[in-house]
This record gives sequence, structure tokens and C-alpha cells, in this order.
Amino acid sequence: MTAASTKTLLDPLFESNPIALQVLGICSALAVTTKLETALVMCVAVISVLALSNVSISLLRNFIPGNVRIIVQLTIIASLVIMTDQVLKAYIYEISKQLSVFVGLIITNCIIMGRAEAYAMQNGPFDSLLDGIGNGLGYSAILMATAFLRELLAQGTVFGAVVLPKVHDGGWYNPNGLLGISAGAFFIIGLFIWALRSWKTDQVEPEG
Amino acid sequence: MEQYLNLAIKAIFVENLALAFFLGMCSFLACSKRVNTAIGLGAAVIFVQTVTVPINNLIYNRLLSDGAMAWISPALADYDLSFLGFLCYIGTIAAMVQIVEMTLDRYVPALYAALGVFLPLIAVNCAILGGSLLMVERTYTFGESVVFGFGSGIGWALAIIALASIRERLQYSNIPLGLRGLGMTFVLSGLMAIGFMAFGGIQL
Repeated sequence: MTAASTKTLLDPLFESNPIALQVLGICSALAVTTKLETALVMCVAVISVLALSNVSISLLRNFIPGNVRIIVQLTIIASLVIMTDQVLKAYIYEISKQLSVFVGLIITNCIIMGRAEAYAMQNGPFDSLLDGIGNGLGYSAILMATAFLRELLAQGTVFGAVVLPKVHDGGWYNPNGLLGISAGAFFIIGLFIWALRSWKTDQVEPEG
Repeated sequence: MEQYLNLAIKAIFVENLALAFFLGMCSFLACSKRVNTAIGLGAAVIFVQTVTVPINNLIYNRLLSDGAMAWISPALADYDLSFLGFLCYIGTIAAMVQIVEMTLDRYVPALYAALGVFLPLIAVNCAILGGSLLMVERTYTFGESVVFGFGSGIGWALAIIALASIRERLQYSNIPLGLRGLGMTFVLSGLMAIGFMAFGGIQL
């Protein structure tokens, strides 16, 4: 693997993270992170759809007329998401029920459309595959970290296993309900971005 | 009439798409730097939402749901095409967005330039598809779907305009370096979400 391909694959993790820097794919990052289990399934689904859609759009990029490109891209993405949805329903029905509309909303996850528009329309299939996997991993990194904190602090568990025994179950941990509701997800991701930008100071936004 | 009013108020405040369901977050956070851009994007969302939710309602009730095609001919009464839902809804939405994009480009080029890449991204604005999916999940009638589409669009626009106004004020405050911009916006939206929780449980 050449240095350039490694860069395409690994850059989205910290240097140009889709959530923290490119502002893409935030809806699902907030909504599915109350539990690690759902977050993990969501990450796998997003990575596979993102990689496959990037490759297919990159293969077709010279045949798609500019005026109707949105519709063509969405058709490709929607078909891939229907496939993913059917697979999830067939093999892990319980979790797919918990994810409810959010599997369908992968279609409108801006990461997928954003990368198709910004990368796959200009680059070859192999680079697009790496870009897709890389951005999927960058998305997953934030998602899993958020889900870990929210599940641990709001319910005292990790993947459903009790780590901090709660007060009303006879333990000592007083759960923090704020992290269980929507506002908690906003705060955690906001703090992640703060931490990331204090480390990589070139990502700080200019005044104004 | 009363039931429609109730539904509209619920869609605007209690079940605000942006702050209660996290839908349409990407453009919500990225396009809220200026009040003018926010108003433009909000108007586009209201328009697209009001048109697409009722159209998708018709598509679902007349073509896709179990036995829905019986009105065409009795031979088609056994088909259940609801698995094609995603594809049809997104097709309608993409077509509508393309029409809005071409209209804006022709008549309001300044707004077209200001919205930039986020205009095509309305097509993948989860608020729009989410509105249609929620409409199907809650089995609204055609009339209700018009009200729900319009109300949820207004609610989303209201949230983004409010956020943009707060962000314009924030330019005068001294925020820690790493938290500036996106980070602060997240914290703000979190506070707004807590504020909107106050509407929870309102019944007319």
C-alpha cells in the first residue's frame, strides 16, 4: 500500500474527521448512541454502505450527467440501504427494531452523499473504497466513544454488562439522567470536538 | 379543524424535528452562522417538506402498502411493495430538490450562492426523509400529512433561525479557542434541546 493510499484511509480518523471537522452525518451520531450495541450495528451498516456506494458511484462517475447526478446517487445509495435493512431484519431483528427509522435514514446520512459528491465523483474506484472505509471509521470512532460514555454514565453498563452498580439496584452509582436524553449527546460531542481541536490546533475555526 | 391545529402545534414545538428527533442536524449546525442564510434554508425546507410529505403519503397509500393497488385492478390486490418505500420517497424528494435548486439558480442567484453545497444536501437532509418516514409510521391521512409536513418544516426553520440568532450574538463573547465554532454550536443546541423539552406534554 502506497503512502498516498494510507493517507486516504487514515486521514479521516483525526485529521479530517467527518463529524468533528466536516460536519457530516451528525443526526444518527446523536440518535443511536444511547447504547453501545445499537451504535456498533449502526457503525457496521454505515461503513459497508459508504464503502460500496463510493465504489459504485466512482465506477459510474463518467456516465452520470451532471444535471441528474443527485437522483442517480440517491438511487444507488437507497438500493444499498434497502439491502442492508433487509439483512439486519433477517439476522438481528431485535436490534434492527431498536434502530427503527435510523437504518432508513442512512440514505440521508450526509456522510455518504457528501463523500460521493466530494470524492467519488472525482477519483478512481480503489481510492474511493479507501476513502469510504476511512470516513466510515472516523464516524465510528466518534460514535463508539459517545455511546460508551452515554451508556456508562446514564445506565452504568458497557454492552449491557453492569460496570457501575446503580443505587436503586443496591449499588453505589447514582446514574446521570442528563446523558440519557438528547441534550447529553450534544454536550458530549461538543466536548469531543473541543478536545480534538485543543490537540490539533490547526482545526480551530478562525474568528467571525 | 381542531385536530389539525393540535397536530400542527405538536409538530412545531413538542416534537421539533431538529431538537427532539435530531433530524437535519448537518445543515442545522453548518448553515446557522448567519440569520439570512438560516432564513433561506428554513424557507427551502418548509417548502420541500410541505410538498414531499403529502406526495409520499399518496405514494404509500395508493401504491406501496399491503393491498393498496386494489383501486387499479383487483388482480393487483395481493401485492405488498412497502419494501420499496425508501427508494420511492427519496426519488420524490430528490426530484423536488432539483426543481427548487433550478428555480433558485434562475431567480435568486444570491441565495443560491449562499446555500452552496447545502442546497443539494437538502435532498439528504434527514428532516425531509425523516418527516416522510414518520408520516408512514404514524399512518396519517392525506389532510393530516399536509399539516404535518408544513408544521414540521416550520418547526425546523424556527429552530435553525433561533440558533443562528444566538450564534450571531456569540461573536462578541470570549469562547475558549478549541470550542469556537462547531463545538460551541453543539453545546448551544444541547441547551436549546433542554429548553424545548419544556413543551413536552402540551395537549390542546
